[in-house]
Parts: sequence; C-alpha cells; structure tokens
Amino acid sequence: MASVKIVLPGDIIDTRREEEDTAQQEPNVEDEATVIRLGPGLVQSSESVSAVTAGVLHSNSETNRWWVAGNKRRYVAAVGEPVVGVVVARHGEGYRVDIGSAHDALLPQLAFEGATKRNKPNLAVGTVVYGRVVVANSVMDPEIECFNSNTGKSEGYGELSEGFMFKCSLGLARRLIDTKAPVLAALGNGVPFEVAVGVNGRVWVNAESVATTILVANAIRNSEYLDAKQCRQMVKELLEKQ
Amino acid sequence: MGAEIGPSNIEAAFLLEALKKGTRVDGRGIYDYRTLKISCGPTYGLAEVQLGQTRVLARVSCEVTRPFPDRPTEGIVLFNTELSSMAGFGLDSSRSSTQEVAISRMVERVIKQSRAIDAEALCILAGEKVWTVRIDVHFLDHGGNLIDAASIAAIAALRHFRRPDVTVDGEEAIIHDVRERNPVPLSIHHTPICVTFGFFGSAGDMLVLDPTLLEEQVQVSSFTITLNSHREICALNKAGGIPLSPDQIQRCTQVALAKVDEVNEKIQLALKASTA
Repeated sequence: MASVKIVLPGDIIDTRREEEDTAQQEPNVEDEATVIRLGPGLVQSSESVSAVTAGVLHSNSETNRWWVAGNKRRYVAAVGEPVVGVVVARHGEGYRVDIGSAHDALLPQLAFEGATKRNKPNLAVGTVVYGRVVVANSVMDPEIECFNSNTGKSEGYGELSEGFMFKCSLGLARRLIDTKAPVLAALGNGVPFEVAVGVNGRVWVNAESVATTILVANAIRNSEYLDAKQCRQMVKELLEKQ
Repeated sequence: MGAEIGPSNIEAAFLLEALKKGTRVDGRGIYDYRTLKISCGPTYGLAEVQLGQTRVLARVSCEVTRPFPDRPTEGIVLFNTELSSMAGFGLDSSRSSTQEVAISRMVERVIKQSRAIDAEALCILAGEKVWTVRIDVHFLDHGGNLIDAASIAAIAALRHFRRPDVTVDGEEAIIHDVRERNPVPLSIHHTPICVTFGFFGSAGDMLVLDPTLLEEQVQVSSFTITLNSHREICALNKAGGIPLSPDQIQRCTQVALAKVDEVNEKIQLALKASTA
C-alpha cells in the first residue's frame, strides 16, 4: 500500500479495489477465486467488509489478509493470541484469569504442560500466567490455555513466578511481539533479560537484578512513540546511566 | 471485572524488593514527584494537570444565587468530583466509591476549610445575592495519587478563573457582561497544595512520595500533608493504615515543604503562560 489509509468504525472497506490494481499488473491472478482473510478490527456483514475499530488499514496482497492496526487500551480477545493474565479466582475445574478484556478468561486446571487429574498446578490468587487464547467469541467468556493442546508442550507458556509485570498500550504490545522490535533488540545487546509480551497490553520482564528489570521495563514503556534509531539512542543512554 | 483488581503477586513482591534497595519500579527516587504538567485555559477557570499518567481536569464556574440564611454575607463554594470508569478499569461511575468520596472530601476540606477563597468577597448584596463558585474536578486517567493532582488542578483553576465584574448601586447590582468590562479574578488568600506519601513494610519504615496506582495498592498506609507557600500547614490526612511515629511525620513535613515550593512555581508559570 502506497498511502496510509485511516479507517473508523463503520467504514465499509473496499477490498476489491486493491485486487483490481494487482490484477492489472498480473493478469493471471484474476481467474483465481480470491479468499479474503480478515484480521483484527474488521468484520464481514453480509456482502461487505466493515471496520469495527479505528486505526490504520493494512493488507498483504500475497496472502490477501486485511487488518486494522489501532491503538487502544481495552483488550478484545482473539483466538491464538498470547496474553499475560492475573488469576483472580479459583474454581473447581480451573481458574478465572483477568486478561484486561471486558470479561475474565477461564483457564482449565488441565490446560498446563503435563497436567493430569492427579497432578495439576496449584496457582494462588494473584499469580501471573502467560497463556494463549483458545476461545474468543461474543457470547462466551474467553478461555486460555498454558500449553499447546496439539503437542502437549508448554512452549513458553505457564506461570510467571518472578520478575515484574507492567501495562502498556495494545499498539505497543503488538509491536513488541515482533521479534525485530527495535527496543528489545537494542536492550538485548546490552543486558540479558527475559520478556513475555501479552497482546492484551501486559508485558512481563525478568532480569538478573532488580535495577536491570526496572531499566528494561522503563525502556520498553518509553519506546512507545520512538522510532528504531531513537530507541537505540534511548537504550544506550539508559545503559550508560546505570 | 467490576471489582477492584488488586496488583498481582509478582508486582507487589517486586515493588517491595526494589524499595528495600531504595529504588522504585518506575525508576524514580523515593522523594521524586512524577513529571508534573499544568496547563490553564483557553477559557477562564479551566486547568488540566498531568502527574505522570494521572490526568485531572478542573473547571470553575459561577452563578448568582441567594446566600444561606445563616451566612448572608458569604458566597457559596461548591465542590464536585467525577471519578468515572474512563479513569481506570474497575471504576464504576454510577455510584461514588469510598475512594472517590475520600478524595473529594479531602480536596474540598483543603480548599474550603483552609479559607483559601475569600467567601465574603463573593457577596454582592448581603442576604440577597452572592456568587456561587462551583468547582468540578474530573479524573481523566487514574495513575495513582489523585489527591495531589486534584488539589493542584482545583487551586490552579480557581486562580485562573475570572468572574464577571459587578457594580452595586444602593439596592441594585449590575452584572457586567465579560465583553463589556474585564472580568475580575477571585480573591484567593493562599495556595494550599497536597503532598501525599505512601508507607511500606510491616512497620511502615519505607516511604515514598507521590505513590503510583500500583504503589497505592501495595502500601500499608498513606499520609497527606497540605501546605501553602507561607509554610503553613492547612490540613493533615491519614485515614486508616498503620500508625506512624512523630519522626516520620516530621520528616514528611520537611520533604513536603520543598515540594510545595516547586509545585507553586509550576502553577505560577502555567498561569503566566495562559495570560501571555
């Protein structure tokens, strides 16, 4: 996309116009039945596609994916997304986890690596967990799991027992999930640390010392409105100050 | 969901561990305020205060009313706060929470009972007509320490406010339109400013200035001291929590004195910037 297109909730998105452009360049594409995949911020209503959030419209012409990158503070759960949540209640079958969305998520006790009916993790209220959303729709409470149910492996999900968690905007969290995020790369060159990014706007960090953890957390929080070059400069200054 | 969500275990544990080492989770020193931004205007009596993430908007308005019969020569000062769910998750705007009542009572006490506003100067005709000054404080974002932000916003808005000029001719009062005659400022005696401390640890032996939301959730006690630029104590507030020693209060007072001067300077600058 050459120009940035801003969409507002309710805007009808013309997904065809872009195809015509590409079709003109490559005439072979036009006889293929095109399937459009809609990402966050877009919904299909009968024949048309409309935006449900405000933000910048993105599309990938190869995979035909369309999505809206906005910046909000309230998380809306979507299947497959990694989230950082806090256990707020324990039930017979599982836990109730606050993931920052309108409704708390359910986390079954068996949704952990190696959990069986006899041997299952015992999490206290207030525990921080890293999980993945498996159920997200408008009529049910969201559900998360702390392992990959296909492989049975944790794949990095589970209880986060040390370190520090802080909140950031959803836009920043989405940018951090990219492994090439400039702030994380710059920090990684200077200090060793662990990080778990939840796209629900919560980031968990852990480093050797308290001071380093604070430094990493502050660098990430400050990076919200900085570009790659400014990020490197900011991290450099913070590391020098330490 | 609706209930107040406390901090997670690791946040609380990390905060205490960091404090034991003399650092705070946002990188501040224990006696540091967050970045304070005050902006007044564009209309008279409008002030917005940003204290780190916390944002508070104060609006002052006035109207002519009948005075209370027991105080015929005094104007009326009304105070109102709005802590809506816009400010933070888990806040309910339909009913005022105990937290909101506590904040609103404190700021009201600071402004009214310290006699910062000259209520007699608001009188137009004794027993007949007085000015009612109304202060509306809206909390836009709750990042902790709402009391300090609200008190700064309220007093900045009051000092920025101009009411229409009045001439009294015998039994008749003429209220001049603001376009006709320059509006006049309220008579403000002094500028009370709240400075809040949070205490941590089982004995409250660790203290911080200007606690954030997370610190407020973890603290075992809080203490608010209100001072003005003349180094006079206008109010003290310590609602619940663990007992504090006289030494701690003495120390807080010393720290607060320095901070009040800084805040006062910022208010002056903001007022000057809006008139320039």
